[in-house]
Amino acid sequence: MNLGYYPGCALHGSSDDYQQSLKACFGALDVSLKELDDWICCGATAAHTLNHKLSIALPARNLALAAQQGCEELVAPCSMCSLQLKKAQKAISGDALLAAEMSRIVEAKPDGARVLNLIEALERVGLETIKTAVKAPLKDLKVACYYGCLLTRPPKVAEFDDCEQPESMERIVAALGATPVAWNYKTECCGAGMTMADEDTVLELSQKILADAAAHGAQSVVVACPMCHVNLDMKQSAIEARYGTKFGMTIYYLCDLVGLALGLAPKTLGINRHFAGRIA
Amino acid sequence: MSRIGVFVCWCGENIARTVDVDRVVEEVAKLPGVRCAVNYKYMCSDPGQTMIREKIASEKLDGVVVASCSPHMHLKTFRKAAQTAGLNPYLLEVANIREQCSWVHSDRDEATEKAIELIRMAVAKVKNNHALQPIKVPVTRRAMVVGGGVAGIQAALDIADAGYEVVMVEREPSIGGKMAGLSETFPTLDCSQCILTPRMVDVGQHPRIKLYTYSEVEAVDGFVGNFEVTIRQKARYVDITKCTGCGECSKACPLKKNKSEFDFGMGTRSAIYMPFPQAVPARPVIDKNVCAMLTRGKCGVCAKKCAAGAINYKDEDKLVKEKVGAVVLATGYKLYSIGKQDGKIAGYGEYGYGMYKDVIDSLQFERLLSASGPTNGEVKRPSDGKTPKNVVFISCVGSRDNAKGLTYCSKICCMYTAKHTMLYKHKVHDGQAHVFYMDIRSAGKNYDEFVRRAIEQDGAKYYRGRVSKITEQNGKLIVRGADTLAGTPVTVEADLVVLAAAMRPADGVTELAQKLNVGCDQFGFLMESHPKLRPVETNTAGVYICGAAQAPKDIPESVAQASAAASKVQITLSAAELTREPEIARINEKTCAACFRCFEACPYHAIEKAEVRNRKGELVKRTARVNAGLCMGCGTCVSICPSKNADIEGFTEQETYAMIESLI
Repeated sequence: MNLGYYPGCALHGSSDDYQQSLKACFGALDVSLKELDDWICCGATAAHTLNHKLSIALPARNLALAAQQGCEELVAPCSMCSLQLKKAQKAISGDALLAAEMSRIVEAKPDGARVLNLIEALERVGLETIKTAVKAPLKDLKVACYYGCLLTRPPKVAEFDDCEQPESMERIVAALGATPVAWNYKTECCGAGMTMADEDTVLELSQKILADAAAHGAQSVVVACPMCHVNLDMKQSAIEARYGTKFGMTIYYLCDLVGLALGLAPKTLGINRHFAGRIA
Repeated sequence: MSRIGVFVCWCGENIARTVDVDRVVEEVAKLPGVRCAVNYKYMCSDPGQTMIREKIASEKLDGVVVASCSPHMHLKTFRKAAQTAGLNPYLLEVANIREQCSWVHSDRDEATEKAIELIRMAVAKVKNNHALQPIKVPVTRRAMVVGGGVAGIQAALDIADAGYEVVMVEREPSIGGKMAGLSETFPTLDCSQCILTPRMVDVGQHPRIKLYTYSEVEAVDGFVGNFEVTIRQKARYVDITKCTGCGECSKACPLKKNKSEFDFGMGTRSAIYMPFPQAVPARPVIDKNVCAMLTRGKCGVCAKKCAAGAINYKDEDKLVKEKVGAVVLATGYKLYSIGKQDGKIAGYGEYGYGMYKDVIDSLQFERLLSASGPTNGEVKRPSDGKTPKNVVFISCVGSRDNAKGLTYCSKICCMYTAKHTMLYKHKVHDGQAHVFYMDIRSAGKNYDEFVRRAIEQDGAKYYRGRVSKITEQNGKLIVRGADTLAGTPVTVEADLVVLAAAMRPADGVTELAQKLNVGCDQFGFLMESHPKLRPVETNTAGVYICGAAQAPKDIPESVAQASAAASKVQITLSAAELTREPEIARINEKTCAACFRCFEACPYHAIEKAEVRNRKGELVKRTARVNAGLCMGCGTCVSICPSKNADIEGFTEQETYAMIESLI
């Protein structure tokens, strides 16, 4: 299977470990990821808080590139990227005037590709395919599936799973042999980009998430977003220091777990590059 | 040569101001066939009608045109006057020179010209009219009521007490509906069972009510006055004529841990069960999906215990036919599925209904409050049986929520939530009720006073705002919401959460409505014929609606509407024959080619495929035939008939073309 790949700034920067894991995991699943040539930033939080048109034009250019490069399905593993791409697509498809304006701005037609977040990409590969490819079932792993605030919201844009009680990640994790726990904070916010501006807020929010996961018996948390990983993993020691608790919680990317179950070594997946928890 | 009289009305100033009525009379008197033309200030008044009657007699008129207001207004009045004078009423036509002329024009000359033309058209039509006789349809003077909740019970009792037989069809094993499971009712706090069960008994014992419980309407044929209904009596596995209702079977049944439908899953029942002790009929039913004898062929304990020999494991569904003249649909409601997606309607995943045991819906809470409920009326929460000290009530769960797909207000939740807080406080004195609401809608006699009592006397805390999420922590439900009046977020650590879920039409109503040609609105509620003037009628003659099947409503309103529907049924059944207007389709059976295009096209299923036979009984030809009881005179068959054999009485093609020709 061939899928287009839009890494976004994070996977080429601070979350390089995510890209390493993603490539290894999809490679093992026989999926080739073709990186979009000449892609630009999706605009993330910055664009839409400053200029509405810019927040559509930036993803629109990437969508136009995808169309030009014959990409029909585009994986955007960062939940902010996938949301911005979907949002632009939705805005353009419902508004002929805006579509024409965007075509003029980005000098190409921004239509086409189906945008997939990491979970959707794995679902596209197929739950059954993944299940049959499992070599080392994650039998003893009790894991809290954490979607964060962006994967399912806003529901009309994301058009993905139940907005408040999603289950799709649990289905994948269960297919790998692990046990997903029932818990409360699946779709709460970790603080996201506030980590740069107001660390206190992030520590408070992320602490609640880790504490609830632990209280419900999870040994680790699995995420599908680079920002969530930063706050729960990199900031975990700061959280522990501030609240005087010891979590020692491993934070996996969803592709980490798929890779491990397929028999890949933690090092291949870049899990050794995480900060918190026991290095498997 | 015709002898037509034209009567031009001034309608006070309404017509005469814009139309020169003297000139009109002068001009139309010249039309061929017009015997006399007069005008008068108020043609509909007694002197006006007398004028028409006298002219018919003195001038020996064989046709009349009244130029006045819309025929919707006074056609019947004038036709009655003509009839009194001995003229067939269908030889009188109205030319509308008010709504279609004087009211919409200002130029007096032009309006006068137009009035003359409208009258000329009417005269041309009357010349082609012929006498029609009203249609008589025989009436089966008994009614069917579908649904045995409080609305159906009221309708059935009213009709039966008026002297007509009633067939009541109820899907569940007992009548009583939702009301039988309620605790106490607002705004008087009288016990629901105490006021309902005597009426249930009345239904069960009424000599003129035939009760089919555990039964559903399978098919409906016929038309007003002449419905034939097929009823499916579901296999009950208990012969209710032999059974004495002693209850030994349920006591002996080894399979006791099945969720009770009557308790909305809050309590349990055995595989052979009576839904509740006051059931009517007080006879059990076997749940075929659970019973060990029926699923695995092993057990038979209830049959051994039954002294009356009423258990029959070989029972099967039976189809029964009943003839009725009118139908009342009182199928009631169900609650919105809070936790899950249901078609286009999204769930409320954030409230954890179905995930947290102590998040329940309002009907479940009614069972916890009810003296006949699984906890004998003690408020105990489902998870651990402890008495909850903090209870959160959330209103508008699914109602008034565009994002979740139900835009309407469920109307009764504000009231029953206030009632819940009161009853809870009366049972748990040191408990605290918290209510999150959008608006308090308590219009009704003594309703707002009731809500104030809940707040002021029983100390319920009301927060105007929504709850964003419910989570569970150390056995507590953490309810996070907003108080938009205080402008602050609110977090309540609750022991129990009660969700006031939206009311939706009961399952299967759409299918039932289709069987009777009754419409449903976008949410599936049954459609009334007119929201103000025909609120319990439907667009199918002889079919009436009442209760929550039509829209969310409370008990008093359901009962009032049920009595209204019952009185409409009594009107339909009051005579042995129904009289219908004769302006319906007619098919020329001699020349009909029997292509049956009209059969396919008729929206009222009023065309029958008939055979014409000679005296020896040999088939002469096939033909389409109009059922006079069903035809609504819409004219679809006329326009679709390829051989011009269909026509509408009173609006024949000949009449219509004559009108057009008179204009050109």
